[in-house]
Amino acid sequence: MSALTDDTLPITPRAMRDEMVAFALMAVLLAVVPLTGIYPFFVMQALCFALLACAFNLLVGYGGLLSFGHAMFLGTAGYVSAHALKVWALPPELGIIIGTAAACGLAVITGYISIRRQGIYFSMITLALSQLLYFIYLQAPFTHGEDGIQGVPQGHLFGVFDLSKPTVLYYVVLAGFLAGFLLIYRTINSPFGEVLKSIRENEPRAISLGYKTDQYKLLAFILSGTLAGFAGSLKVFVAQNASLTDVHWSMSGEIVLMTLVGGLGTIFGPVVGAFIIIAMQQYLAGYGQWVTVIQGVIFVACVLTFRRGIIGEIARLLRRSL
Amino acid sequence: MLHRHIPPPGAAVRDGFPGSRKTSRIRKKLGHARDRGEADGGNCLADEFILETHGLTKEFAGFFAVRDVALKVRRGSIHALIGPNGAGKTTCFNLLTKFLKPSAGRITYKGQDITAMPPADVARLGLVRSFQISAVFPHLTALENVRVALQRQHGNSFDFWRSKSVLDRYNARALELLDDVGLSEFANTPAVEMPYGRKRALEIATTIALDPEMMLLDEPMAGMGHEDIDKIAALIKRISAKYTILMVEHNLSVVANLSDIITVLTRGQVLAEGHYADLSKDERVKEAYLGAGHA
Ligand SMILES: Nc1ncnc2c1ncn2[C@@H]1O[C@H](COP(=O)(O)OP(=O)(O)O)[C@@H](O)[C@H]1O
Ligand SMILES: [Mg+2]
Repeated sequence: MSALTDDTLPITPRAMRDEMVAFALMAVLLAVVPLTGIYPFFVMQALCFALLACAFNLLVGYGGLLSFGHAMFLGTAGYVSAHALKVWALPPELGIIIGTAAACGLAVITGYISIRRQGIYFSMITLALSQLLYFIYLQAPFTHGEDGIQGVPQGHLFGVFDLSKPTVLYYVVLAGFLAGFLLIYRTINSPFGEVLKSIRENEPRAISLGYKTDQYKLLAFILSGTLAGFAGSLKVFVAQNASLTDVHWSMSGEIVLMTLVGGLGTIFGPVVGAFIIIAMQQYLAGYGQWVTVIQGVIFVACVLTFRRGIIGEIARLLRRSL
Repeated sequence: MLHRHIPPPGAAVRDGFPGSRKTSRIRKKLGHARDRGEADGGNCLADEFILETHGLTKEFAGFFAVRDVALKVRRGSIHALIGPNGAGKTTCFNLLTKFLKPSAGRITYKGQDITAMPPADVARLGLVRSFQISAVFPHLTALENVRVALQRQHGNSFDFWRSKSVLDRYNARALELLDDVGLSEFANTPAVEMPYGRKRALEIATTIALDPEMMLLDEPMAGMGHEDIDKIAALIKRISAKYTILMVEHNLSVVANLSDIITVLTRGQVLAEGHYADLSKDERVKEAYLGAGHA
């Protein structure tokens, strides 16, 4: 006990300081985007996917649960928000809340069904459930099948902020992203996060310490699904539509890809991964079908050369946690 | 594992003859209960034996890993479970802690039937196990490992909106526990970077953090060097003043030295039970060991 002096005490404060600096840097960089002339639509879209990937990362990177169906939360929240805004003509804040709540409800149900399965069986069940939802949305009248819900009005947030103005919308999306990001960061560094990490590290041991691990995994699943839904609701304002692509299994795959490229189980990795993948799709759009192939090649290269993902490798080089 | 010879009784045993001091302490503590228990049976037995099994059996697709085992673990004792590899010792532990469902039989802990209880609930009753393969949380520091255990009892483990700095209030106790097993200097070392012997000590500290009544230790000294074995043996001896311990161990001099009573398991069944001095003379036990040791 006496050997322990203050300066040997937790590594955690230092890690937290690093992460706070990185967060401040990220927030400032993103805040000045509209001044730089970068196409804000691209950045807004990337921010929505970044939040989605962060939510996914909370589940797989910290809870050790690989979901192959996360697009169902994105898509469900998107459809519900779009419907609420367009058909019910609700204000944006309510549209977001209802869409996110729908994703939360879906997460409660799907989580309850899937959480007891281990490993690949968990992944398969999430995939199966998301496919089931895909077919429901394909048939349901309110989604308008192949056409999707188009021309969703953006409205005035809290009756004040005109979301049809790109700059206003940009800062609203950025605020939503940062809030979601901070909530995830807090969750990872909470008493709950500690238990979640210990379950990922050694579930039998966590059980033997008296933790009912299913309950913790379920909460992680619900948080992750709800935040993924929040990203889906925000995305409706950017794209002004909700369509089947957002519930398709290939979207779930893309979420996995973004997270792996950026760095699984790192805090900033999913953000970087999302920006890279969205940028690739944007700038390689001219190559048509080849985008998928190029994406695949980059993915393979990533997995072969830096297994920890971009941020994971950088963090290791700097011996920092990011 | 088992080719180590069985030391002759009383020889080469580090501090004192098996169970001498210890057993007398328990006798003193439980003397009355036992006398009465023998006289009128019934309730007093639940006080005397903290854990009991009746006809405990586990079948894996026609193969009986554990068969009809009746085990009685006396409160406050160090009870050793020995036997050749594959005898069913680990399976027994898995059954007792509910990591496996028994195919037949009953388990009673503190007079309560726990046969159908989920594993986390068994742990909450104070029956906590360790694992044959070192069970730490590798990427948490030693301090955080112990804190995870402390945190469970004090609630707020579902609080995802709170900073984990609320856990700092457990630091003092966690450091105390680490210090107790000689791990102060490793407090901020991720468990994965600790030497093997230290990991086992960390595991014990984490278990003690739960303040259990009974600990099941599965080969706590497997794969350790002499120095570590001595340290862990001393540690087990020391904590046994407070807890009932059921341990699986291959190192027979350790078993001889530490345990009050030994149950020998072969092919899933109890072969013999008794004090080390008696067992080491038992032909059947020698045969089981030699047979397996040379196989
Ligand atoms: N999950 C299982 N499925 C099938 N057989 C098992 C299983 N677990 C253990 N066994 C078998 O049960 C026997 C006892 O194993 P174990 O309890 O690990 O022995 P010990 O710990 O005494 O060395 C072994 O023959 C082992 O192969
Ligand atoms: Mg074993």
